[in-house]
Amino acid sequence: MNAHLLPTGSPYFSVPDTQKPERHTLSVLVDNEPGILARVVGLFSARGYNIDSLTVSETEHEKGLSRITVVTVATPKVLTQIKLQLERLVPVHRVHDLTSEGKSLERELALIKVAGSGEPRAEALRLADAFRAQIVDATTESFVFEVTGKPSKIDSFISLMVPLGLVEVVRTGLAAIARGPEGM
Amino acid sequence: MPEQMTGAEMVIEALIDNGVEHIFGYPGGAALPIYDAMFQQDKVQHILVRHEQGAGHMAEGYARSTGKVGVVLVTSGPGVTNVVTPLTDALGDSIPIIVISAQVSTTLIGTDAFQECDTVGITRSCTKHNYLVKSVNDLARVLHEAFHIASSGRPGPVLVDIPKDVQFAMGTYLGIDEVGPSRHKSYHPATAGDASAIEMAVDLMMRAERPIFYTGGGVINSGPAASERLRELADLTGFPVTSTLMGLGAFPGSSPQWMGMLGMHGTYEANMAMHDCDLMINIGARFDDRITGRIDAFSPGSTKIHVDVDPSSINKNVRIDLPVVGDCGLVLAEMVRVWRSRTNQPRTEAIAPWWKQIAGWRAKNSLGFKNSDTVIKPQHAIRRLYEATRGREVFITTEVGQHQMWAAQHFHFDQPNHWMTSGGLGTMGYGLPAAVGVQVAHPDALVIDIAGEASVQMTMQELSTAMQYRLPIKVFILNNERMGMVRQWQDLLHGGRYAHSYSESLPDFVKLAEAMGAKGIKCDDPAKLDAAIAEMLDHDGPVLFDCLVERHENCLPMIPSGKPHNEMILPDFEEDIGSIIDAKGRQLV
Ligand SMILES: Cc1ncc(C[n+]2csc(CCOP(=O)(O)OP(=O)(O)O)c2C)c(N)n1
Ligand SMILES: [Mg+2]
Repeated sequence: MNAHLLPTGSPYFSVPDTQKPERHTLSVLVDNEPGILARVVGLFSARGYNIDSLTVSETEHEKGLSRITVVTVATPKVLTQIKLQLERLVPVHRVHDLTSEGKSLERELALIKVAGSGEPRAEALRLADAFRAQIVDATTESFVFEVTGKPSKIDSFISLMVPLGLVEVVRTGLAAIARGPEGM
Repeated sequence: MPEQMTGAEMVIEALIDNGVEHIFGYPGGAALPIYDAMFQQDKVQHILVRHEQGAGHMAEGYARSTGKVGVVLVTSGPGVTNVVTPLTDALGDSIPIIVISAQVSTTLIGTDAFQECDTVGITRSCTKHNYLVKSVNDLARVLHEAFHIASSGRPGPVLVDIPKDVQFAMGTYLGIDEVGPSRHKSYHPATAGDASAIEMAVDLMMRAERPIFYTGGGVINSGPAASERLRELADLTGFPVTSTLMGLGAFPGSSPQWMGMLGMHGTYEANMAMHDCDLMINIGARFDDRITGRIDAFSPGSTKIHVDVDPSSINKNVRIDLPVVGDCGLVLAEMVRVWRSRTNQPRTEAIAPWWKQIAGWRAKNSLGFKNSDTVIKPQHAIRRLYEATRGREVFITTEVGQHQMWAAQHFHFDQPNHWMTSGGLGTMGYGLPAAVGVQVAHPDALVIDIAGEASVQMTMQELSTAMQYRLPIKVFILNNERMGMVRQWQDLLHGGRYAHSYSESLPDFVKLAEAMGAKGIKCDDPAKLDAAIAEMLDHDGPVLFDCLVERHENCLPMIPSGKPHNEMILPDFEEDIGSIIDAKGRQLV
């Protein structure tokens, strides 16, 4: 029995991943040490995973721990790999998939600069009030708003500012935490 | 007792504390303080290599043949970049090595100083973990931790970068037991497997009618006890055993239950059994693409058990029914215990029809070849070499190419840790330095690098290292004057257009050996082969054996790109090899 005598199927080794990509928020508890961010980001780029948002900061100074919040879009199979690959990194303590582990809170902060005068300026102020944005800097022809909330809230605030003289935006990326009494 | 000493002295002290007897290295400006400390002691022997890549592969050969961590010392800049290939190689094959690299002084880091490079950046993705030590008081802890990380869990390479001022600085040295708990409290590699999963695995094994053990490098990495347990379990169950390239030797090649290697150049019986089995028990292998062939047609009807110390290997390429995360040796021991607690009977009768089917596949003699009186067939050369060395303690290393696959097929291994090859990365130039490393660890054993004439030229300067340290390695070159494996693929996929796959302008290997002070032997006559091999084995010193072989021999059997296990090309194949793979298959490697 030789190969060329047999019917051929697909010549590709790998079956395409037919699962649908989902957006998930991962919380990664790591030792706060030089290079840790590069390790995590390097793993994503080396293995072709997506990063939609990334937030890093030290969270427990005495224990030298940082929390990295990553938002990624991947199929369930790849999501499992991302978690397991992250856990292989020596300084990584734990990885929690907040999206699949149930209820979690997600917040982001944005600073938004808007320039203009007259009615658009007044309208921007009214909307800022509705969105509970703070004015953190003001000149006669501009404002900087600080707004926090779910990313979707920030998205809509920004889109409302576009016609009113949006100059620039800076966002922190996501901070996320599980609801309820348990810690990570 | 905590002691005051320089960073350079700490390096030596930590090596001694971690049981290191040999280190492979090459000096340079930034490493001089460590070299100076090395000079003033005699517990750790330094082997001076000719190229840092050689040092890395030597450490790999040393590690794989002893189960100990192999250690390398290099200078900053080019010393580090030269060691990237062996680091990547060791990561691919899960080999425990430590590279200690010197760095420019902390005050110069970031200034594009002479021989500065971003060592931790460059090596981050080719190490299991790496460190830049900026304070001498961290050094002892980091070095001890490096040994722990390199050798535990799924083993791998670790790099420790030490700036020159840290090497000079005085600090407190702490021994292994004095450094306190590892800074990385996060690092807890799996050990024993889940007991109920193991029970379930044994349940499945007791019901299987067409079972197969598919074992890999994980069994070797777990230590010799794992191989013992594998043999015991195979005995108890009566199941057939196949293995990946990296796992050869864990199960004796002389056992009637041995099916030969599986995968792209594995035996017909091993691949057919993988395809048709009802229970696959993967112990320490990772469903690599060279093993699975076309993945959507891989062993369609089987229940799959996967034992692996690395959870990320499970379900990565193939869907697993029963994962067991744990050290192969411990899990195997537990499987043996559970099996024994249930029965003393192998499943001989229940699986008799399966063995009968296997016998049918074996009858194809898929490793067969047409021998010749006029030209040496490479397979024949390896079989003669095997016969000539039987009964001796022999370690085989290889380069990468056809010769590597022929060695895996025709040389048989009865013990673990006696077969060293570059599997995951497929690094040409691995074999000769790996042989040097093996010989350093086993000075009285017979160490042979089965080489190709192209591969061996990548690192052959290390023959000079072998001369310097009187390491009598034998380099057995299957010289087909071709990059044979490339040539074979060009026949398969590119209409026989041999783009740059000739080994042109080859050196006279005999003279080359002599120039280095070694012995050179050349043989192109099948009738004189045995005598020439005997001459090589009798020589007490390094030998370069130029064995001129059939130039256009194909390495068979073979699962061509894009084909499943049951569509192998067998050696009785007589048609145009270029007609087998279709256009889409050509895009695969
Ligand atoms: C460093 C490196 N470069 C390129 C390759 C690709 N490659 C794989 S096998 C091979 C040819 C090997 O030729 P030779 O050593 O003569 O072995 P043969 O196949 O003829 O037995 C090449 C170029 C590789 N594996 N490693
Ligand atoms: Mg060749």
